[in-house]
Amino acid sequence: MLDSAQEVLQLQSRGDATAVEIATSAMDKIEATQGSINAFTHINRELVLSTAEAVDQKRRNGEPLGPLAGVPVAVKDVLCTRDMPTTCSSNMLRNFRPPYDATVVEKLREADAIIVGKTNMDEFAMGASTETSAFGDTRNPWDVSRTPGGSSGGATACVAAGTVPLSLGTDTGGSIRQPSGFCGVTGLKPTYGRVSRYGLIAFASSLDQVGPIGWSVQDVALLLQCIAGYEPRDSTSLNHEVPDYQAALQSNDLRGMKIGILSEALDVDGVDEAVRNAVLASAEVFRDAGAEIIDISLPHSKYWVPTYYVIAPSEASSNLSRYDGAHYGHRATQLAPEKSESLGPLVATYCQSRAEGFGAEVKRRIMVGTYALSEGYADQYYNQALKARRLIKGDYDAAFSQVDLLLGPVSPTPAFPLGEKVDDPLQMYLCDLFTVGANLAGIPAISLPAGKDASGLPLAIQLQAPALEETRLFFAGAAYQAMTDFHKLRPDTFQP
Amino acid sequence: MTLSDGYPTETIIGLEVHVQLKTQTKLFCSCSTRFGAPPNTQICPVCLGLPGALPVMNERAIDLAIRAGLAIDCSIPPMTKWDRKQYFYPDLPKGYQISQFDLPICADGFLDITDEADPVKTRRIGIIRAHLEEDAGKSMHDEATGRSDSRIDLNRCGTPLLEIVSHPDLRSASEAKEFLAELKLRMTHLGVSDCEMQEGSLRVDANVNLHIDVDGKKVATPIAEIKNMNSFRAVEHAIEHEVDRQYDAWEETGKTIEDEAKTTRGWDDAKGKTFLQREKEESADYRYFPDPDLLPIRIPQQRVDEAKANLGELPAELCQRLQTQYGIKLYDANVIVKQGRELIEYFEEAATKSGDGKRTSSWIQQDVMRTLNETQANIGEFAVTAQQLGDLLQRVTRGDFDNARARDVFTHLLKTNDSVEDAIKSLGIEAVDSNEIEVLCRELLDANPQVIDDVKNGKQQAVGALIGQAKKKNANANPKQVRETLLQLIEQS
Repeated sequence: MLDSAQEVLQLQSRGDATAVEIATSAMDKIEATQGSINAFTHINRELVLSTAEAVDQKRRNGEPLGPLAGVPVAVKDVLCTRDMPTTCSSNMLRNFRPPYDATVVEKLREADAIIVGKTNMDEFAMGASTETSAFGDTRNPWDVSRTPGGSSGGATACVAAGTVPLSLGTDTGGSIRQPSGFCGVTGLKPTYGRVSRYGLIAFASSLDQVGPIGWSVQDVALLLQCIAGYEPRDSTSLNHEVPDYQAALQSNDLRGMKIGILSEALDVDGVDEAVRNAVLASAEVFRDAGAEIIDISLPHSKYWVPTYYVIAPSEASSNLSRYDGAHYGHRATQLAPEKSESLGPLVATYCQSRAEGFGAEVKRRIMVGTYALSEGYADQYYNQALKARRLIKGDYDAAFSQVDLLLGPVSPTPAFPLGEKVDDPLQMYLCDLFTVGANLAGIPAISLPAGKDASGLPLAIQLQAPALEETRLFFAGAAYQAMTDFHKLRPDTFQP
Repeated sequence: MTLSDGYPTETIIGLEVHVQLKTQTKLFCSCSTRFGAPPNTQICPVCLGLPGALPVMNERAIDLAIRAGLAIDCSIPPMTKWDRKQYFYPDLPKGYQISQFDLPICADGFLDITDEADPVKTRRIGIIRAHLEEDAGKSMHDEATGRSDSRIDLNRCGTPLLEIVSHPDLRSASEAKEFLAELKLRMTHLGVSDCEMQEGSLRVDANVNLHIDVDGKKVATPIAEIKNMNSFRAVEHAIEHEVDRQYDAWEETGKTIEDEAKTTRGWDDAKGKTFLQREKEESADYRYFPDPDLLPIRIPQQRVDEAKANLGELPAELCQRLQTQYGIKLYDANVIVKQGRELIEYFEEAATKSGDGKRTSSWIQQDVMRTLNETQANIGEFAVTAQQLGDLLQRVTRGDFDNARARDVFTHLLKTNDSVEDAIKSLGIEAVDSNEIEVLCRELLDANPQVIDDVKNGKQQAVGALIGQAKKKNANANPKQVRETLLQLIEQS
């Protein structure tokens, strides 16, 4: 039941279950798996049950119900909620309670969804394993010795563990797609500007985007339908009508569609054989569904990671300046006397609050970004990266003049063991090898389950589409899922 | 300029003027910009820089910035953008200020001021640029009590400012003051800003140094930026003091612009001195980069053209027109124009109604402005409307009654809602028939025959005493008419 939003909706409309019963079951599972998976940073059973009770009451009164009425949804702890802490999995914001809801959270409430809690993540969404969290590692439900990926590791693990059918993640460089791949679920990074960023605590403003996670394309489309749309409070929000995504799921016939396969990505060093085979096998599935498969190259893809790791930290260094201990967040109280003496109490408070509040990876990126924006270096780094970004976008424009979609891997490998890369930032950054392109170009991309490797770990493929063509991703993704059962695989720990 | 017993020097001044734009709401959120509210009551997640909050640009600020730019002959480029200027300070909650770096909204303008050497001529002061930015909050340090706590009021955070940067074209403290006065006149006249230095809606930083002519060789002193001046007078005094200080410092140390980086100095109004605030100004690196939360702003030529068309007359043109249209002196036109748009409109309406520009101008400058001053009122809420004043003065010019009687009516109008007509009636003012005057004059001459002799002996002023008596007998008697009648009767006798 808790692995399908559509089923949760049907059970209630048929009168076979109430929102309170569903929420109770979700909370039981969350509490039961929290020790082994640690997907959540905050849960509040009482609050959840009272919200569910209100939905049941509405139903009993015959009032109109939202499209997600009584559906348990988990929210990544980077999205502001006025009734729960919002920590970004950082000690800096450990006690932060926003006085307002993020737009996407408002929309969930309007849709009568049940927000069950906040999910664990890499600190300030910086990481690919959820190991930089100040609230402990999240573990992969398929193999608890392994990472669920990151930064939205809690958001994908809670779905894979069967605690909720849907969750919201955010994706700055692959943070929805890579953990979705590692956890065997479906995750979408929408077009930049498709979903409001208001109330999303910024990591890299020009790259961040909120997106849905679920088992199936149908469920993911349902959640996107609720959160997408123009919003005047976000100046970068796109003023385009939101199409009816469910309508895109009606046909499995891909005849006439051209899919470009990024074969050169498969030959990059470090790409796992199983990953490579999963992509090639999926190409056959799409061919069988009627699509034409064409080899496509994105010539500047080798610059994706370097470009990303200049732009994202530069913006982050600026966005995270506000955490200085003066207005909210962690403030150092016991100043080292020698610092206080040499820097003065104000600067010493800044330095020590930030030293204590931020973890190592966040500090690393603040330093890199500060350097890249500094006078005399900005031209070599930040401004150069902006030029590379334009070339990267140009590659996509050229590719999409030939094909409708791009097919490739999500990550070079399946989920890796916890601890393996956490002390090796460069290895960790290479997890983003195939995902950051979509963020730099602002286009939508989806991660789809594509089987298991020899050790039983989930494999995944990625489809990318031109800006605002989420419909195309859903159309092809649903066709793929109609022809395969990969999205129906469940970890052994999963309890129906 | 030559300092006493020193080398000849030239003072070089460039100004950076922050003008607060007169918008209802802040630059990136809908909080009020009202001055004087209790601390931290005009704030929201956006201007507090709370995590997750995003800025949304206020279009009205763009309109006002374009208007301001056109008033100082700037060009308005077709594309401008927002940049983040980054530094840490407790009154800057985001850790950066949203400002404009390399593509300001206004560029390359000028402002003409009166040439001190030859008041008929003007001097052109170049404007490098004018850019939009959000204001920071206000820190209040409790230094007096010796405690280390500070308070922060974030009401001002996010208030729209236009920073206008002049070329270093100003050559004296009084020129700097003149520049500011002219700038303020234009900005207030166009409704761009209130420009109240006391309320912080106009703030001035002055960059000052000297070029000293040492036996034909030019030596430049280190540049100082002077801050915290809170009146035009303070700007003038601070620059005068700084000029002397720099000359003395150069005499003492011999340090030139090559030896010392720009410093920041504060102005202590009470002590009449500038004092060192910060050294090595150039080491600040603000790490500017385009704000990814805001889109670049495209300003089509049409928008600029429309703003130009709606700009109306600038003060200098307006003075010219008031002079020719209403027959008043340039000095009087200037006084009226400096009072602002509302008073100008009041003057024009009253002068048109009265048909006597000179009389209207003098009444406005004396009676109206004095009353406004005494009651601390605005012309918009003034009890005597422009139509009423015009009506009243028309009657004076026509000779219905004199200025003194008009003043009685004016005082009555201030206190009541009566029309001019009713006021005249209730004060018992009525035109006196010429027969009645003649009867009155005959009575007076009969009672004072020596006046007739005095006048016949060439002492015309002798009738003055009788005019006073006439007014006592009949308050409505028009002195002019009485005088004329008396002289006529004497001549006939």
